[in-house]
Amino acid sequence: MALTDHAQVRPALEIGDLAGNRRRRRREGRIRLFFLAAALTSLVISALIVGSLAVEAGRFLVGVDPSALWTTGWFPREGFFDIKTLLVATLIVTSVAMVVAGPIGFATAVYLSEYAGARTRRILKPVLETLAGVPSVVLGFFALTWISPHIVQGIRPAAPLSNLASAGLGVAILTIPLVASVSEDAMSSVPRALREASAGLGARRMTTSLRVVVPAAVSGLVAAAILATSRAIGETMVVLIAGGADQAQFTASPFQPSLTMTAAMASLAGGSDAVVGQGNAYQSLFFVGLLLFLITLGLNIVANRIVRRVRQKY
Amino acid sequence: MTIGRVLDAGTADRVKASLAGGRDVRGVLFRVVLQVALLFTVVILAALLVQVLTLGWETLATRLGDFLTAESRSRAKEAGVFQGLRGTLWIGVVTTLVAFPLGISAAVYLEEYAPRNRMTRFIELNIRNLAGVPSVVYGILAYTIFVTLLRPVTGGKTALSGALAVAVLVLPVVIITSSEAIRAVPDSLREAGFGVGATRWEVIRSHVLPYAAPGILTGTLLSLGRALGEAAPLILVGAVAGSVGYSGGLLDPGQLREQFTAMPIVIATWSTNARPGFDQITAAAIVVLLVVVLLANATAIVLRNRFEKKR
Repeated sequence: MALTDHAQVRPALEIGDLAGNRRRRRREGRIRLFFLAAALTSLVISALIVGSLAVEAGRFLVGVDPSALWTTGWFPREGFFDIKTLLVATLIVTSVAMVVAGPIGFATAVYLSEYAGARTRRILKPVLETLAGVPSVVLGFFALTWISPHIVQGIRPAAPLSNLASAGLGVAILTIPLVASVSEDAMSSVPRALREASAGLGARRMTTSLRVVVPAAVSGLVAAAILATSRAIGETMVVLIAGGADQAQFTASPFQPSLTMTAAMASLAGGSDAVVGQGNAYQSLFFVGLLLFLITLGLNIVANRIVRRVRQKY
Repeated sequence: MTIGRVLDAGTADRVKASLAGGRDVRGVLFRVVLQVALLFTVVILAALLVQVLTLGWETLATRLGDFLTAESRSRAKEAGVFQGLRGTLWIGVVTTLVAFPLGISAAVYLEEYAPRNRMTRFIELNIRNLAGVPSVVYGILAYTIFVTLLRPVTGGKTALSGALAVAVLVLPVVIITSSEAIRAVPDSLREAGFGVGATRWEVIRSHVLPYAAPGILTGTLLSLGRALGEAAPLILVGAVAGSVGYSGGLLDPGQLREQFTAMPIVIATWSTNARPGFDQITAAAIVVLLVVVLLANATAIVLRNRFEKKR
């Protein structure tokens, strides 16, 4: 067949016919727009979070006497906004939580990823997921009525029932499943070939786990620790119930009651119809919120970046 | 030729011993340490359950009906969780109606429509960061937007405001889990749909969503469990710590426009009440909440395991 024949024969279908009928295409466009709008709400929410925090926090910073930000305690209703009280309490709770949840979470992950058989995993993973699903108020109550009298007051009998250490241990229990699952993901994604090579050289399972798998997954483990830290900083109810007072004197002792950033916000807003008090107590809520938001956001961004890099590597 | 002829006797013995797999004390110890760490988690969970069951048992055994239908009172023996249950029920309803359709739609856009460009990556990054924002911060958002700005719609410090706060809180988690479920749908299914002339929406509706449904359902159930257990945002929205003035029935939607409390708020309030009997009713309330929350979680886990096995 000569090439010119092709030009003379009219094709049965034109390219336009393949696009389908116009009504159908217009409906497709509308549906796409609807889904796009749904995806964009997440951006709107972020903007609203930043906006609602920044406006009142700005007013607080303009109106507050700078010396009130560095005094001896957090008494917003009397006009004392000692930010270091909140920061130190947050640091104590987070440290206690991470010192406990870190090793336990990592060890759990190593066991699940390197040692456990299929059957053990089938039983243990739901246990971890159940623990992850326990509401934080429940752990607050558990920390106050069991951890504090049985563990913390066992170590330090003079400690009052509400104290930061109990709150920290409660938060630790909340974050163990998070540490375990993120680090297990990281270790499971280490290629099998690395383990086989190590075993081929005669390494025992412990050596393979600690010298090969853990170093290969180390950035994922770091990410797990950062995510858990961020979660511990942001945890509210455990600290509010088990950590102590609704106005706090500065303390650096884990065996004293105090207020973390989150608990300060919740106790300031809690109960009363309006946040009553002198001048800008209400706005201090937003200031603390902004601080909390920025700290956790920073940690999450770092952790997410690390997690993504790990995914690309393997 | 045996090893003994090449190596001196001591080395040969050691090589033989290690090839035979002699006692690896450190390895065994390491394994035991790992198992102890794991056991710790199991023991803690058991201690928690034993603690709330022993404390709450008397209330649940002697006056369960009364406990579920009575209002919050100042005397522990007469107090009940009815108002908390009502609030929690409506929070669950609104979360289901708002966060799930919105979250699944967003996931459909990100997985099926979105071009792979910077904008899409930015949206995805933003969602991951939203998932890490502390729940009290969502409380502030809800206070500013739902309680203050949208007061004509929500009625201020009402169950609707609280429910919307929780819905916004779980939205990023719903998007992330739904995205994962949709991503797991094999491309061959989509191509088969396109191949017979279906449009993108038709492929999504008839192929992608049905296939991803179990995964999506698992994620939404886990989110629902989280939504029902959240307290911090509700406190900021102005959930009532004591007894609520409103006296509608459990299924009365009027609750949405009235002041409210919820199970986690009831628990938080009672747990710091030092008066006699309050530890016991707090534990009983916890058992009630745990039954609801863990039921949602257990359903999700069972569902996922069943479908994972099938594929």
